Amino acid sequence: MSHVIEMIGIRKEFPGIVANDNITLQVEEGEIHAILGENGAGKSTLMSILFGLYHADRGVIKVRGKEVDIKSPNDAFDLGIGMVHQHFQLVHNFTVAENIILGKEGSFVYDIKTASRKIKEISEKYGLAIEPDMVIEDITVGMQQRVEILKMLYRDADILIFDEPTGVLTPQEIEELMQIMKNLIKEGKSIILITHKLDEIKQVADRCTVIRRGKYIGVVDVKTTSVDEMAAMMVGRPVSFKVEKKPPVLKDTVLEISHLSVKNAKGVLGVKDFSLSVRGGEIVGVAGVDGNGQSELIEAITGLRKIESGSVILCGNDITHMSIQQRNELGLGHIPEDRQKRGLVLSAPLTTNMVIKEFYKPRFGKGGILQTKEIEEYTEAIINKFDVRSGEGKDSLAGKLSGGNQQKAIIGREVTAEPELLIAVQPTRGLDVGAIEFIHKQLVEQRDKGKAVLLVSFELDEIFNLSDRIAVINAGRLIDIVDTKDTDVNSVGLMMAGIKKEEK
Amino acid sequence: MNKGKVINKPLEARKASPLLVSVSAVILGMLAGCILILVIGKNPITGYSKLFMGALSNKRKIGATIGLSTQLIFAGLSFSFAYKTGLFNIGGSGQMLVGGITCSLLAHMLPAGIPRPIYLVIIILAAILAGGLWGFISGFLKAKFNVHEVVSCIMLNWIAYWICYDFIPRFIIDPSIAVKSAPIANERTLRSGIFTALFGKTTTANLGFLLAIAAVVLIWFILNKTTLGFNLKAVGANRYCAEYAGIKVTKSIIISMAISGALCGLAGLSFYCGYSNIMEMGKMPSEGFDGIAVSLLGNATPVGSLVAGLFFGVLKNGKLSLAAIGIPTELADTIIAIIIYFAATNVLFRNFWDGLFKKSFERQEEYFSLAVKGEKTMDQVTPEERKALIKQGKELAKAKKEVK
Repeated sequence: MSHVIEMIGIRKEFPGIVANDNITLQVEEGEIHAILGENGAGKSTLMSILFGLYHADRGVIKVRGKEVDIKSPNDAFDLGIGMVHQHFQLVHNFTVAENIILGKEGSFVYDIKTASRKIKEISEKYGLAIEPDMVIEDITVGMQQRVEILKMLYRDADILIFDEPTGVLTPQEIEELMQIMKNLIKEGKSIILITHKLDEIKQVADRCTVIRRGKYIGVVDVKTTSVDEMAAMMVGRPVSFKVEKKPPVLKDTVLEISHLSVKNAKGVLGVKDFSLSVRGGEIVGVAGVDGNGQSELIEAITGLRKIESGSVILCGNDITHMSIQQRNELGLGHIPEDRQKRGLVLSAPLTTNMVIKEFYKPRFGKGGILQTKEIEEYTEAIINKFDVRSGEGKDSLAGKLSGGNQQKAIIGREVTAEPELLIAVQPTRGLDVGAIEFIHKQLVEQRDKGKAVLLVSFELDEIFNLSDRIAVINAGRLIDIVDTKDTDVNSVGLMMAGIKKEEK
Repeated sequence: MNKGKVINKPLEARKASPLLVSVSAVILGMLAGCILILVIGKNPITGYSKLFMGALSNKRKIGATIGLSTQLIFAGLSFSFAYKTGLFNIGGSGQMLVGGITCSLLAHMLPAGIPRPIYLVIIILAAILAGGLWGFISGFLKAKFNVHEVVSCIMLNWIAYWICYDFIPRFIIDPSIAVKSAPIANERTLRSGIFTALFGKTTTANLGFLLAIAAVVLIWFILNKTTLGFNLKAVGANRYCAEYAGIKVTKSIIISMAISGALCGLAGLSFYCGYSNIMEMGKMPSEGFDGIAVSLLGNATPVGSLVAGLFFGVLKNGKLSLAAIGIPTELADTIIAIIIYFAATNVLFRNFWDGLFKKSFERQEEYFSLAVKGEKTMDQVTPEERKALIKQGKELAKAKKEVK
């Protein structure tokens, strides 16, 4: 088979980082070629070069054997290369057809009818199930993604780049997307799939190019390579998906929640009569389907939401009505669910972010004056200890870090403050294997140090891997608390649906 | 150590500095002014020289420029402070009015015989409190009831306007001219011997200018060096993160608006009890709004506001001299407006310069790799070697072209 795309010896530098260093990619016609790498490994940069958003410092790009110079996305379109971005680029109050012809309207008076007919044809051919006159804001995220795919097909792209396409999809939608990809291949298209999710690669890809820290590691045949082998190539060492941990050494009760009721954003009780205690030296996992009161529960404990009734006791102090600052000072650490909204000030440097909870303390703000040198040293210590990688060290803006490094910075800040109780909400969402492993290790280390850890996650794997006990929440109520070693995924799954053991 | 640092520092294209962006806005605005002057059949060079001479050619004129600039610096500083903490204070005019009316009332009503230093402290504090109160109301409404500060500021502008409309005739009217307050005695204004000695007896420059410079330093210090500034800026940059971190967001918003309002209160003091010594009924001071432009041109920094405030003062004062050569003074206002427009669209300039710098950087890279035949990268050599190699590459490229 011939190569539709060849990128040879690609190099691209950004301030302080070599994003791509001598990377080679060869995509055969009619294959799904995965590009595997951790967050920040340089996958997106490589694709942006292919798509004309960046220009490579060095290297050659060949499309169908011919050397080309891709200066802009328009050049890429002309070569039949289309990209489905991670963040969709759709006008929300336009219809599907209007979005698709946007920029390709043709003459002044555009012909939406012909376009609609063509869109319908394409949609049926590839099983996309999209109607041209649907309005974007009315359709699901999965369908919006299919509109993006349609847009590329409408422009006669036959090489499609998918940039982390499954991050925003539900399991069912992922299933559908995989099927669509297979349909596309059947019709003679070629696909480049950028991802860090190994199971997806295993499911659909034919071959896989692995890059690590901007360097080309190798290309493997997916069918004959195991997930463990690929993970090791990606991270640079063998990866354990199981978390190693000793049996818990229990200490005194750190967190005592009793009969807690909290209203949610709609003004009705989102948490109802919830009681739970967490002792030092254990990890308690809160399992539940998204939107069953987990956010409200955590916000009530951390002080972000008002408590209607019941009490929260932290290390013997009643914190039910205390301010957030008082709670922090009593030993509460919180890795928030939304790291970009709550966890960091993206437009500020790491120095600001690392002391944002403690800037007023004499150590950093003696007599109201910022102790710049102390703050810088403290930040650098966290950066080094937690391996936060950034272009410009302590002065890097938080928003310029990759997701994994942002999360490492947050964990570094929270752990360095030595809290008695560490609350972690979805701590590994959207992260790659290496970062997940690192963060899990940190949580277990806190537990082994005798601290209490309360973990909220929607991923049962994570809950089972880390927790010593599992509290299951459904519709704001505590269904049951079980020892991890006495239960299995099935029975927890049932409880998550609201069915208690005795009722079976 | 130092040498290693030079080599390890990542190389990248230069980025446009805020100063360059602001200066381009000013130059383009003035060029547009040239075209306007040409259109009405006058010589732009004489026009501009008149403009600047009119503002700066002698002591008296410099004094007048400083007198005009003082309010603009305060108002620009006020807007910048709010802006840095995530708020849009468009209520500068109202805050100026309440500061002005409070100080005017005190000037007329405080018993004679208070020593001047004590009197000055009283009216300065009064201006800070009155303007601060006006800002506080907006901040309070935003913090507690989520009323957008732009809405409440505009409403408060009019409340201040009508309060003055009532208070001037009620308490301090000049019986001979029934729409103005009676003039404040000179020793009850901010006018001072220091300035009359420098700029002449009738100068409008006053102690307010020194206050403004002190305020610039103080605000810079608060924003960059104190925990209070850290706190307020954190709320401005991401209030959700600030809330999570335990910062009291509502309190911060109120403090920010109160400080911003206090600065405009001082603008009112320097305007009505320094630059001028009367208050007119039914007049909203435009300086409150001009402050936004000053701040934008000054990149919303304290020092930038000082420089931009002085520059606008020059334009405002100089425009009076334009009439002498038959150019309508409205033209100066138009030029100011165009500069404001360009300052507000500074993204365009930033993109323009960044693009230009990037292109030149890429060309250098190209020459460099030509010279070393792609075997080294630019950050692997010392700056001197780099320069030489780029030059070498440039000649190689030239030679290549000639061969072709």
